[in-house]
Amino acid sequence: MADTKKRSEGSSPGMAFERPIQELEDKLSELEAISLRTNMDLASEVEALRRRLSETIETTYAGLSAWQRVCVARHDKRPTALDFIEKMLDEFVELHGDKVFGDDKAIVTGLARCGERRFLLVAHRKGRTTKERMAYNFGCAHPEGYRKALRKMRLAEKLGLPIVCLVNTPGAYPGIGAEERGQAAAIAENILQMFSIRVPIVVVVIGEGGSGGALGIGVGDRVYMMEHAYYSVISPEGCAAILWKDGEKTPDAAEALKLTAPDLLDLGIVDGVVPEPAGGAHRAPLVAMAQVRRQVLEALDELESIPPNRLIEERRVKFRRIGEIPGRFPVVS
Amino acid sequence: MPDFALNPESPERKRASSASSEREIVPPARAADAAQVEPEAAAEDPSERRGRRLWKKKDMPGGLWLKCESCGQMIYRKELEEKGRVCPACDFHFTLPGRERVRMVLDEASFQERFAELTALDRLHFNDSVPYADKIQRSVQKVGQNEALICGTGTVEGRPVVLAVLDFSFMGGSMGEVVGEKIALACDLARKEGRPLVVFTSSGGARMHEGMLSLMQMAKTSAALASLNEAGGLSICVLTNPTTGGVTASFASVCDITLAEPGALIGFAGPRVIASTIKQELPPGFQRAEFLLEKGQIDRIVRRRDLRATLAALIDFGVGSRGAARG
Repeated sequence: MADTKKRSEGSSPGMAFERPIQELEDKLSELEAISLRTNMDLASEVEALRRRLSETIETTYAGLSAWQRVCVARHDKRPTALDFIEKMLDEFVELHGDKVFGDDKAIVTGLARCGERRFLLVAHRKGRTTKERMAYNFGCAHPEGYRKALRKMRLAEKLGLPIVCLVNTPGAYPGIGAEERGQAAAIAENILQMFSIRVPIVVVVIGEGGSGGALGIGVGDRVYMMEHAYYSVISPEGCAAILWKDGEKTPDAAEALKLTAPDLLDLGIVDGVVPEPAGGAHRAPLVAMAQVRRQVLEALDELESIPPNRLIEERRVKFRRIGEIPGRFPVVS
Repeated sequence: MPDFALNPESPERKRASSASSEREIVPPARAADAAQVEPEAAAEDPSERRGRRLWKKKDMPGGLWLKCESCGQMIYRKELEEKGRVCPACDFHFTLPGRERVRMVLDEASFQERFAELTALDRLHFNDSVPYADKIQRSVQKVGQNEALICGTGTVEGRPVVLAVLDFSFMGGSMGEVVGEKIALACDLARKEGRPLVVFTSSGGARMHEGMLSLMQMAKTSAALASLNEAGGLSICVLTNPTTGGVTASFASVCDITLAEPGALIGFAGPRVIASTIKQELPPGFQRAEFLLEKGQIDRIVRRRDLRATLAALIDFGVGSRGAARG
């Protein structure tokens, strides 16, 4: 399994900036092993190294470029929906299928419980191992995935359960079957219908927020991003290829698109940023997931008492005015 | 067609996993682009893109003749314009400039434009080779209007409507803040005045120069449409060549009635993105209006010359039930 892989092998592309951190981490575990083996007292050395390590992590992560954040968001070891289901939830009953065409494994849906709180979970599913990733199509959903999500959201509405969506997709799948079955229409229908669903919806972008494929389960009363997640109208690679006509300019495109969590908080696109442990969620997944859990439960508590009509009205107004400079646009009277 | 999500041995899947040598496993190349733009159509100034067939006519000497995008026939430009830009050989419906569309659809002199003053802002200070602010300026000068969406009120064979037309000649009809807002305002107008909403689309998708502000227009337009629906208002969308990306994946696909012009390219991802992802040739007619009709994705294909009559007939069914009564 992924966990048994050595870190040096498991490091994700674009993560070269982590090399000084990794070297220190390796040295630290070496030192600890020596101390165990030889019975020497290396406590002060270990302590010093630990301090240097945390300083290095801090300075490295304080100065991450937009592109480096994208690489962190795509990191192999970053917690995925499966980790959230296993570690964040106390109970989960998966419900499959759109009951029309198929069961898209790129989106997982099911009834979930966190402590006393029951809700519907809708999440892009990326997988952790090669086999899982292929089975889940790398989190790239087909129309039946979006239709499955909508069908389960209708169920949640009927049962009076709030909805939690975890977004983590490079984008909806661009393929022949997807087009034949109405990829665009499926996403559009979800976006439209999510404005009429009469239970609270909380969205967290936990990794990649890939364009329309993300928005297809991304309309909510609260939208949060994890600190090193990204959310973008187009992949930086795609943007560089189209506008710069040069794949080498991908980091420039990432910068220009303003796709990081702090940028999107500034623009008023997201309601909050869920902090990650020092050095990113992949370094301490459990800590990261606990933060998300806390934020989600807090938001659900806040939304619980809002009457459905007001909830829907406020959701529509929120997106109607999203990111807008106040007073810029007229009002039809 | 095979279902790629369910068949682990599908060629799509296999290609996806070998798409990059940099990494053992990667998602399908540039999947995220799909909802955004058809790269050919994208937010580029179309006249700058020589490879694009639709615009090749501009490069031809004298511009007297042009080649049909669909059948390859050489057509005399004047003849094409006289025939409402419909290919005399194969009936392919060429992209129509926005103003021409308004003239074609509405009764003479009935159009009252609204919100024409709204202009795009370069809020991200987006700069690839040319600053976005300059690109906007150029498009404004070239097309003679402030943005890619023309909207207002008018009548179709005497029936009052709110009309919104996406103009492909303005940055590929791409949707940024202003286009999204104007669609939402058109929905509001239709709701408040009890008029049916008629939308014509031709667009490469979201305008990436506005980053996430443009993606959010998909949600904004849908929110306004949800309120229109609740009020019982009728909405009709006519998809014209080409309509892809974030426009197809939002308001354009969820109006009450979806019409399309013959031969129009309509899709989520553009054909080039799909072909490069699955590394396969696309089937003939893929993503054309006729293909979508066969797959059950649109209600009707309507020829340009029948458009006004069809709209009028549909409006007569829609209004009189609930649309006009509420408001």
